[in-house]
Amino acid sequence: MEANKKSIITAADFVRIADKEKKKEDIVRPGMSYWANVLRKMVTNKIAVICFIYTMIIIGFAILAPILSPYNYDTTALTEGNLSPNSTHWFGTDTVGRDLWTRVWVGARVSLLIGLFGSIVPEIVGILVGGIAGYFGGWVDMVIMRIIDVGICIPSLVYVTMLMLFMGAGPVTIILALALTGWMGSARSVRGRIMQFKNREFVLASRALGGSPFRLIFKDILPNIMGQIVVGITSGIPQAIFMEAYLSFIGMGVQSPMTSWGQLSQTGVNVFRIYPYQLYIPSIIISLTILVFYIFGNCLRDALDPKLGN
Amino acid sequence: MEERLLTVNDLKVSFRTYAGEVQAVRGISFYLNKGETLAVVGESGCGKSVSMQSVMRLLPDKYAMVKSGSVTFKEENILSKTDKEMEHYRGNELAMIFQDSMTALNPTMRVGRQMSEGIRKHRKMSPGEAKKLAVEMLGEVGLPNPEQLFYRYPHTLSGGQRQRVMIAMAISLKPGILFADEPTTALDVTMQAQILDIMNELKDHTDMAIILITHDLGVVARMADRIAVMYAGQIVETGTARQIFYEPKHPYTWGLLGAMPDMKQARSTKMYSIPGNPPDLFAPPPGCTFASRCAYCMKACVKESPAGMKVSEGHLANCWLLDERSPVTRPPEGVIPAPSADGLDMSGEWEGFT
Amino acid sequence: MRKYILRRLIISVITIWLIATASFFLVHALPGNPITVNSGKILSEETRERLTTYYGLDKPLWEQYLTYLKNLLHGDFGYSYKYPGQSVNGIIAKTFPISAQLGLQAYLLSIPLGFLFGIIAARKRGKAADYVLVAFSALGVSVPVFILAALLQMVFAVKLKWFPVSLWKSFYHTILPTITLALGSIAGRTRSMRTLMLEIINEDYIKTAKAKGLSNFKIVWSHQIRNAIIPMIPMMGLELVGMLMGSFVVEQIFAIPGIGSYFVTSIQSLDYTMVLGLTVFFGIFVVTANFVVDIIYGLVDPRIRVTK
Repeated sequence: MEANKKSIITAADFVRIADKEKKKEDIVRPGMSYWANVLRKMVTNKIAVICFIYTMIIIGFAILAPILSPYNYDTTALTEGNLSPNSTHWFGTDTVGRDLWTRVWVGARVSLLIGLFGSIVPEIVGILVGGIAGYFGGWVDMVIMRIIDVGICIPSLVYVTMLMLFMGAGPVTIILALALTGWMGSARSVRGRIMQFKNREFVLASRALGGSPFRLIFKDILPNIMGQIVVGITSGIPQAIFMEAYLSFIGMGVQSPMTSWGQLSQTGVNVFRIYPYQLYIPSIIISLTILVFYIFGNCLRDALDPKLGN
Repeated sequence: MEERLLTVNDLKVSFRTYAGEVQAVRGISFYLNKGETLAVVGESGCGKSVSMQSVMRLLPDKYAMVKSGSVTFKEENILSKTDKEMEHYRGNELAMIFQDSMTALNPTMRVGRQMSEGIRKHRKMSPGEAKKLAVEMLGEVGLPNPEQLFYRYPHTLSGGQRQRVMIAMAISLKPGILFADEPTTALDVTMQAQILDIMNELKDHTDMAIILITHDLGVVARMADRIAVMYAGQIVETGTARQIFYEPKHPYTWGLLGAMPDMKQARSTKMYSIPGNPPDLFAPPPGCTFASRCAYCMKACVKESPAGMKVSEGHLANCWLLDERSPVTRPPEGVIPAPSADGLDMSGEWEGFT
Repeated sequence: MRKYILRRLIISVITIWLIATASFFLVHALPGNPITVNSGKILSEETRERLTTYYGLDKPLWEQYLTYLKNLLHGDFGYSYKYPGQSVNGIIAKTFPISAQLGLQAYLLSIPLGFLFGIIAARKRGKAADYVLVAFSALGVSVPVFILAALLQMVFAVKLKWFPVSLWKSFYHTILPTITLALGSIAGRTRSMRTLMLEIINEDYIKTAKAKGLSNFKIVWSHQIRNAIIPMIPMMGLELVGMLMGSFVVEQIFAIPGIGSYFVTSIQSLDYTMVLGLTVFFGIFVVTANFVVDIIYGLVDPRIRVTK
């Protein structure tokens, strides 16, 4: 192969140069820490940002709207029943004249809180149980795994029903039922990860250096499963909101006069043929919220994956 | 008698990524003759797998672009073929085996069927005939009970057995070239030896040419007729096995040879390793890519990239040290094996030279 | 393989036993006497005694428990407290076939469609078809079933009058509810299948298949789809639960006299035994279905079927 272009080298160039004169060609792109990378990926993802903004808006309304509204969620005014949305009642009124705008946002508080706790509680339980199983291993692990195997076969409806009969229906019951059914999934994965890590070199090294078990758990293992935990919680939220809506709809969830999005849907369905807006409004908000959390959860999962898009 | 089978000229392949274009292969040229074994050596990430997969056009067009260059196989221009046309070559005249035999075989399909489907694609055979051929091939690679093995699933076989299955699958139709991408890296030393023996035997029977991609110089010593040393997407030195092992000219080659642990070394000798890291292929430097890690780097090296300088017949190296203007340089201690009494060194580890 | 089946069997049996036991003790732990709670009127001493013997409530608890278990083994779920004389079994016999038909239709509809959409979305990745299908699957998973049901009913039955609004009189009546019930599953399956197909395409054995010169069609069919369907099978068990829950709502909205709507009404009217009896029934149903799915999975995945 002959160089067609003229060489720019002269005889004088054939002298050795010391290391420090060369530009070190180490990998050029600045490495970011794992979490900084995650943040960057999320922030640059337009869809994730939109979801985040939506969530903030909903939370904002949930907190402020009932406070700022001239109506109470439970004051009835039978003469003003079933009004379509207008300038005084932005979302209209329901059959007994309660302002729907206020009810929707009060309901939002309930639904969102159930959504939040309904995913955090099972996740925490799951982590604890899974952590214990993974860390101690042996027969502790075996017993716990058998419990999980059995528990996972029991449909959540069974738990909910039983709890409901026992404690009455309501948000606490829902959260408890979710906790009873939801912990098993995350327990399994946390246990799996811990068992993987238990035998990894860096853990052995840390132990060899005399690290206490607590230190081990918090500094070495936890950061690694944090991603999993976050994903678990964010995908748990839409599930919990859905559960609440569903249960309230069939009468096993939030009971009147307390309201939630599911409750509103239930009353809405009854008058759907005549006053469709009473179902449309809560439906759209529920669906949109679940959708947003679902998409956000997906974006988050992609962002947490170290193999994607660094 | 040499018959040119494959000629690759100035092949450049880049990947499109979110962050920009990664120049994985930056202008490599080599050739392969019938019945030859060419070993392509280099670190992980130097582009050896990518270049060979590009020759077989295995990389999806969405991500990998061949930017320029030519690939000629048996007088045909491979790069201009459509994907459909390439189907005729793959598995038939050009075959490839991969490193990890566990993941390279479909875990839910019986081994025999995986072989037959390839066979029947290229030859009009009934399932029975294809099975016969497959069983025969399984026997060829030294697998016991091939009739029975035909019906087994990959996860029921050992690593060595799986790798043999892969070889049997690849050579069933007597391809002209077998690309072996790190075929023994995942195996232990005894299995490694067996697999390499099988490959050599097959070569003797069938005149098949082999391109062996590896980072293990021991394997190279055992198998290679010719060697191409790759670094950061370029071939920095190429020549016959003897030339490369006994007369290496590129500092990177010296590094590779020197880094091989030598059983005869004194315990206290430090292991030699090449300092630094491979360059970022998003923006390769203008000069010699190895400059930043080279102990013999000169001003010229940073300014301009050296092109293939001829050392002797068939021996090329990209290095300014070969330019007449550069000072005479000798490779460091321990890189070139000391010659034995009869002038030809046949040190114990390096068998296979003829 | 045999060990695998045995293990699943034991777990299933234990689960059923647990469900039954828990519900038994729950009924009996409820405050108040179930008879008086449910009858709503003042009972004479005589009536109360007769009802007590009828329901076996005069026996010691553990004996009641054993009787309960024995009955269960014979498939007897006991009697409704709300409607004395009506057995839970009777209700199940009357309503289960209807629900079963609805469920089966929806299931059979969702399986091929879900797979098909998932495959199409994966093959046409990044193009219009993919976006549409992904959006569809996202919505299908997010919009709760009851909203979907109400909506579809309104649009297709009331406004467009393509389908009857409710009841279960002819096959034609079953179409709209079936589609409603199936949509959620289709959406979920589309998403999973698409994800799997896209993951598999990066696997090494696909590269090997390509290196053998197989046509694209063959690679997708024999290697991708085949390996994508296998991990989807265990998911089908969970799906069944979802479909079960969905059916309750669909039956209510379309006024279908199935076991689900019975379940809901008995909750609303606090008919404890009915609720529990039905819950246990559902529990058993789900556990059995899961068991069957596990066996199918064990048969289909060679890694479980054939181990050294």
